[in-house]
Amino acid sequence: MAAKVVSFTLNGRETEVMVKPLTTLQVVLREQLGHTATKTGCRQGGCGSCTVLLNGEPVLSCLLPAEDVAGQQVTTLEGLTPIDGLHPVQSAFFDHYAVQCGYCSPGMILTTKALLDRNSTPSREEIVEAISGNVCRCTGYTAIIEAVEAAAQALKGGQNGR
Amino acid sequence: MGANVLEKAAEKKYRVVGQSVPRRDGMGHVTGATKFVGDVHYPGMLHLKMVRSPVPHAKINSIDFSEAEKVPGFVRVLTHRDVPKNIYTILCLIGVGPDDEPVLAVDRVRYQGEPMAAILAETEEAALEAVAKVKLDLEELPAVFDVEEALKPGAPIVADTGVNYFIYEGHHCRRVRYGDVEQGFAQADFIVEETYNTKPIEHAPTETTGCVAKPEADGRVTVHTNTQALYFSLDNTALILQVPFQKLHFVGGTVGGGFGGKVDVITEPITTLAAMKTGRPVKFIYSRVEEMQVSSPRSAWRLKYKDGVTKDGRIVARQITSYADAGAYNRHTPYAVTKHAANVAGPYTIPNVHIDAHCVFTNHTPGSAFRGFGVTMASFAIELQMDKIAATVGLDPWEIRFINAYRNGDVRPHRKVAEDVTFIETMQAAAKLAGHDLPEHLLAMNSWDRNGGQHG
Amino acid sequence: MAKVRGQGMAAINYPTGMNLGGDPSQALIHASTTGNFIISLSSTDLGQGLKTVIAQIGAETLGVPFDTVIIDTADTDTGPHCMGTFASRATHRVGNAVMMAANEAKKALLDVAADELEASPDDLELDGNGSIVVKGVPDRSISVIDTALAAHFKHGKTIAGRGIYMKPKSEVDPLTGEMDPDSTEAHACTVAEVEVDTETGEVKVLSLKSAYEVGQQVNPALVEGQIVGGALMGIGHALYETTNPYYPAIDHGPLNFSDYLMPGPAELPEMESVVLEFPSSNGPYGVKGVGEMTANCPIPAIVNAINNALGVRITTLPVTPEVVLRALEERRGPSQSNLPIANFPTECSS
Repeated sequence: MAAKVVSFTLNGRETEVMVKPLTTLQVVLREQLGHTATKTGCRQGGCGSCTVLLNGEPVLSCLLPAEDVAGQQVTTLEGLTPIDGLHPVQSAFFDHYAVQCGYCSPGMILTTKALLDRNSTPSREEIVEAISGNVCRCTGYTAIIEAVEAAAQALKGGQNGR
Repeated sequence: MGANVLEKAAEKKYRVVGQSVPRRDGMGHVTGATKFVGDVHYPGMLHLKMVRSPVPHAKINSIDFSEAEKVPGFVRVLTHRDVPKNIYTILCLIGVGPDDEPVLAVDRVRYQGEPMAAILAETEEAALEAVAKVKLDLEELPAVFDVEEALKPGAPIVADTGVNYFIYEGHHCRRVRYGDVEQGFAQADFIVEETYNTKPIEHAPTETTGCVAKPEADGRVTVHTNTQALYFSLDNTALILQVPFQKLHFVGGTVGGGFGGKVDVITEPITTLAAMKTGRPVKFIYSRVEEMQVSSPRSAWRLKYKDGVTKDGRIVARQITSYADAGAYNRHTPYAVTKHAANVAGPYTIPNVHIDAHCVFTNHTPGSAFRGFGVTMASFAIELQMDKIAATVGLDPWEIRFINAYRNGDVRPHRKVAEDVTFIETMQAAAKLAGHDLPEHLLAMNSWDRNGGQHG
Repeated sequence: MAKVRGQGMAAINYPTGMNLGGDPSQALIHASTTGNFIISLSSTDLGQGLKTVIAQIGAETLGVPFDTVIIDTADTDTGPHCMGTFASRATHRVGNAVMMAANEAKKALLDVAADELEASPDDLELDGNGSIVVKGVPDRSISVIDTALAAHFKHGKTIAGRGIYMKPKSEVDPLTGEMDPDSTEAHACTVAEVEVDTETGEVKVLSLKSAYEVGQQVNPALVEGQIVGGALMGIGHALYETTNPYYPAIDHGPLNFSDYLMPGPAELPEMESVVLEFPSSNGPYGVKGVGEMTANCPIPAIVNAINNALGVRITTLPVTPEVVLRALEERRGPSQSNLPIANFPTECSS
């Protein structure tokens, strides 16, 4: 099967890529477009390190054929980071030591962003449920949960991060 | 209690040490700007995938690459004949031997997943397809999986030395001999025996093990790696490839979780060789399946305790026979067993100790380093054994630990004089935190003065 | 059939470093004319925070602001030898090497500053804010950057330092096991509370309360990160994790995160810890180390709590539901081992 052009919006920018059939969005983002914030922890849909936002909803880019995002909005961590400073979710992760090795962080932060977009005042249980598909082997999750709670507070208070 | 030490701690006036300053790499991590090994891409980069043994023990009759070679994108295969010093052991750098592990299997495979040949291809998909098309002619051999079975006469022999144990200066195990355990058992009111067993455990870092090797214009090779030990990896790679050390340039320092799982020099030698043979950058990153089943786990352990204890709770003799399941090759297990031997009697002062710690070869995936190297499973066994002793003697679990706690100046079974010991103070603090009221005589104890009371 | 609770405790030591093969580490420091100090290493950050704590130790010893200490690691063309990150050694070994290098660099810095200020180097001190001042005379000062510029352009001197830490290799006596394999001892004690479902065999860790004694903490937030992360790994080791579920058999090995069970945020117990600081005799600023030990104490504390809850003596890891149910069956004795099946099906009353 021949490669074809797939057009989608990546971090607010119109993007066209030549994609071979069944190439995953993860591979297109990382290897064709150089957006390496999207990680590759398992490529089995099991760790969440490759999470990106598709029309604002978290999806596992390692399982998603790139053709399927044609005409849609894709956000990676590169797109979340403002020109100056950090997004409030990023600030909260930084301030609360919610990163150790940093490998799960991009997926975890985008999952958090999506959670807070649909639920600005999540309970602890709702936070746990939201991040339970994102594996972190370092932190023991406590700092991450605290960061999500802090990010919710910051967004509610209209703070713009650091 | 330790008054001089506490005063010293109170006097300190540090500006930065002791402060929770933000992480240096935190901004890179929360923005995704941090570059990990897998993020390194070069134009024209080849991908390496391993042909692995599907069985735990077999003689290799032949390997047929003819169908693999026809896969579009196939570049070449590397076998043991391509590796200059194919048989190695990583701790040769600190005098551990003999060399025992092939980079690529020669005539025998000794664990399921053992690398047999490396396929290089233009794309990862092509490399995987070519691996799938390699035909193996293997003759399965009887395998041994249990550490004690492996030591019995007639067991299938895993190691080339002809015995299924690592030889410590002529001995079949790492020995610690302190006092006279038989005399200790004779003095004891109770003998408390138990066997503890654990299974292999995976580090499961979110980033899998891997590297990228790139030939440079000046004839050197740059290797980007997520090793935990940069020079250790460089030195072993140079020795295996029989190239001068100065030809190699290793870059790393940023690792997506290690926990001991990234101290095996396992991807760098073959990837560097592939780069040298092809003149092209080569990437070899473990899949999650490889990380789960092929990368070294925390070794399984079996630990047998026999303790002599008096009515008042004193442990007067401790005899330990322990077995680390090293799997098929040395890797770091011989070293772990020595560290284990120094710690397996526990943080307790016991006058008579006898330890035989075995590093046993089986047809399991080779074990290696894991957070707590040789000590984690010792601590597990010791602390379950302490509860069993407490129950046997009829004492409280806290009491039994305080009674036997090691203190500064005590001599440990490996004849090291204990220093920087605060075991009692740590237990007192935990009891307080947990709301467990310790009796006065335990609260009065400290790590500096065995007779209790105030430290002068 | 019920949920029963139990409490268990455990206490451990953990050694820092491993010099059975010799495990030295080096550090090089130089001042650039930007006012920064660059610490060159070949040491690795696994996520534990080495790049942060080493910059703290460097800044402390140099007496300069934390932000002006740059960590350059890890590159074998620019960094001197380091054995690597393992054995809870990095903060201790690399930290000591950095202190040594920083003291040498600081002496070179003060020598140049002394010439500039026309004072004795012994009368100078770093103020921690980027200036060198004459003790007791705050208005007689020179900035670090001006000193670095003067060293380069006026005095023709370098401001640099070399450091190494090596505990000599300990040979092990093959007959007695006599050895000196490590540098210092950290300690921990954990009290665990668990709830065991005697019907399903499932264990829930309710709380872990721990005391840690790790010597001087360089960065308490990072120490806390090790303690909490290690505790969850300890829960995983105690209850779920293995690559060979039917060990010693090798079948049914997990190949993915769905089969290899690890505790997630839903398995978090109530966790509380207290950290004691008794400075070590040989670590930088009294550091001991905390990296590896943090899974070690929760594991036996949890298993002791399970045994306490059930009145059994489980001696294997991991303590899966199957292990719990078999232990309960053994406790009931062979005559009653079929009890749950004999009672099935239960009648419904209206």
